[in-house]
Amino acid sequence: MSEHQEYYVPEQSKWPIIATFGLGTTLFGAATIMVDGGQGASTSSGWMIFTVGLLLMAYMIFGWFGSVVRESRAGLYSPQMDRSFRWGMSWFIFSEIMFFAAFFGALFYARVFAVPWLGGEGDRGSSNMLWEGFQATWPLINTPDPSLYPAPKGIIGPWGLPLINTILLVSSSFTITVAHHALKAGSRKKLKLWLGATIVLALAFVGFQAEEYMHAYQDLNLTLQSGIYGSTFFMLTGFHGAHVILGTIMLTVMLIRIIKGHFSADNHFGFEAAAWYWHFVDVVWLMLFVFVYVI
Amino acid sequence: MSTVADAHTSEHSLEQNHDHHGPAKGWTRWLFTTNHKDIGTMYLIFSFGMFLLGGTMAMVIRAELFQPGLQIVQPEFFNQLTTMHGLIMVFGAVMPAFVGLANWMLPLMVGAPDMALPRMNNWSFWLLPCAFLILVSTLFMDGGGPNFGWTFYAPLSTTYGPPSTTYFIFALHIAGASSIMGAINVISTILNMRAPGMTLMKMPLFVWTWLITAFLLLAVMPVLAGVLTMMLMDINFGTSFFDASGGGDPVLFQHIFWFFGHPEVYIMILPAFGAISHIVPAFSRKPLFGHASMVYATCAIALLSFLVWAHHMFTVGIPVAGQLFFMYATLLIAVPTGVKVFNWVATMFRGSMTFEAPMLFAIAFIILFTVGGFSGLMLAIAPADFQYHDTYFVVAHFHYVLVPGAIFGIFASAYFWLPKWTGYMYDETLAKTHFWLSFVGMNLAFFPMHFLGLAGMPRRIPDYALQFADFNMVSSIGAFLFGATQLLFLFIVVKCARGNGEPAAANPWDGAEGLEWTVPSPAPYHTFSTPPEVR
Repeated sequence: MSEHQEYYVPEQSKWPIIATFGLGTTLFGAATIMVDGGQGASTSSGWMIFTVGLLLMAYMIFGWFGSVVRESRAGLYSPQMDRSFRWGMSWFIFSEIMFFAAFFGALFYARVFAVPWLGGEGDRGSSNMLWEGFQATWPLINTPDPSLYPAPKGIIGPWGLPLINTILLVSSSFTITVAHHALKAGSRKKLKLWLGATIVLALAFVGFQAEEYMHAYQDLNLTLQSGIYGSTFFMLTGFHGAHVILGTIMLTVMLIRIIKGHFSADNHFGFEAAAWYWHFVDVVWLMLFVFVYVI
Repeated sequence: MSTVADAHTSEHSLEQNHDHHGPAKGWTRWLFTTNHKDIGTMYLIFSFGMFLLGGTMAMVIRAELFQPGLQIVQPEFFNQLTTMHGLIMVFGAVMPAFVGLANWMLPLMVGAPDMALPRMNNWSFWLLPCAFLILVSTLFMDGGGPNFGWTFYAPLSTTYGPPSTTYFIFALHIAGASSIMGAINVISTILNMRAPGMTLMKMPLFVWTWLITAFLLLAVMPVLAGVLTMMLMDINFGTSFFDASGGGDPVLFQHIFWFFGHPEVYIMILPAFGAISHIVPAFSRKPLFGHASMVYATCAIALLSFLVWAHHMFTVGIPVAGQLFFMYATLLIAVPTGVKVFNWVATMFRGSMTFEAPMLFAIAFIILFTVGGFSGLMLAIAPADFQYHDTYFVVAHFHYVLVPGAIFGIFASAYFWLPKWTGYMYDETLAKTHFWLSFVGMNLAFFPMHFLGLAGMPRRIPDYALQFADFNMVSSIGAFLFGATQLLFLFIVVKCARGNGEPAAANPWDGAEGLEWTVPSPAPYHTFSTPPEVR
């Protein structure tokens, strides 16, 4: 290690404590809104708290990431620092996978165990006595107690919008890879073009997903409240959609940074991290397409 | 580098001379710090504060149970106390204490200048006071705080929970985010910041066990976030994950919770295994017996921890094949755990042993954790568990693995490393007094609970039948003794930290080995700015 470059340990920073206040305030506000709403209040002081929290979070994100970008561009980060970022991002994505695993687990459990048992199957079929005559089907188009959880009139078929969305997202994984190659080859114009294309595909995906949700709510009565099918459907696709939006914001920031002239052919981990995240979002969608829509 | 000029010069003033300065002046040092030693200290102080808060709740619980009948608190509040005691001890005391030890010791042990991501490290810490402020504030809200046990089973926590449950959910989300970021930092530090020459198999065992712990945290804290989110949706947005009338299942909650919960109990014990594997060799003046087998045993325990969750749920009516699988898988964990206990004993065998406070706590750890492990094996046997389930036997079991396990592990580590942290030796006589009073108090408090449980006393009740009175009184007396003794620990640490003791040498222990003992005591504010060479 004769070429050892000192590891950059940042000076005191105000961002973590601002982030703490921001996150705490945002979530406390969100909880207050929900609790007030649950008690039938028409207004809630929570909105005020929530908004303040969000503003603090936005300020923090610009400030904190801004510092990191400046430090990176000033050449303070050694190759070892770069590896820390890579490990950090990889394990963050791993934790995200485990978050989705919980919801996939709930889907499989409901489908393979809970619903058939409610229909009278297997060792635990005795729970069928609770709602006699309940027919177990998947997709669950009748619920054990329709007065509490009105059943959906239909579900979203896989070969319409979901298929289009699959094609969009898989294509976007290709376009971002082309953009990455362009970055490594130093052709900035090509890079901007393909990264821009990726963002357009992402936005189209979000648009179609919104249209699908409106269709489900307005025409099919497929809602969060329509039993376990609606619950798992909206939680899985909803969290995925939220991650797509977050990924799109990341990609947009990368595009802005590239337009400003950031990154070089051999030093662009920010871009790579966003690309990793984008591939992760893409893989989760493929799982969703297979297990939520097709099968 | 000199071209950086922007509004945030204060953040960059460090660039020129960042290894030759001490801590910042004033109280804002603690808010803005990026130093692993500062952050480690804050974690340890916070966790001790939470230990006292959760302990105070335990004292009220034991006072209520001192004799049959309702004397001090109402059953509604009693339920909130047991719930908060569990949540505070698990998420506020034990986990942050180990993260604090990791922050202090991991960079010193692997020869790194700091944790891999120092600013995020600070955020991980400060989220905890935020989370617990929200959590404890629920006690003062309409309808009271969480009252459904620390395991917050649906539908107790969803359909029948108090309105404050939503705040409880977000508080745990914040604590979970803190844990995930802490784990990312630990794992990146261990994988990327080791001194040249320190191969994986040369890594000290505290580092190894924390590597595995960080992996477990990253694998299961998101699952906890998932189950909390499902609860949040069931309560506030009409989903039916845990409601059978919509096709869900309350048992689903238990599956997801324990998929998190079982690795979680190893998260609370593996770092203690690591610390004990340093302390026993140091005071036996012999190298650790079976370093490699310790590593493999740790990995085996971690992997098995993902396959045993339903042993918490034998009585919910899972199919017989499931009961058998989870029973055998659980019993299998005794094998790698037995390897560890064997290795610690073999390390002591024919060693030149002395019995300073860290060693006393370590030996008590080995014996009493084994007792807790054996009662765990009894509980793992499905047909027997039908009898033990939800009795005081379970309470005795997990307090035996958590108090003389995790907590004694933390005490042993604290005494072992206090000279390195403060530069002074603690008061050995007082520390030994702390040990013996804790040892007696803790056994007096928890051993009778085995008998109570076997005799059929259910857990989480404020009142009980007359035949349980004697053992409960003994248990309460032991608990008061144990609780009061911890103030002595506070006194010992404060005395040592204020420089009231012998100055400590760089290596105050005869047999202690490792990079952390090569730096002066107290460890300078910045250590290993240039990595040492490990041969």
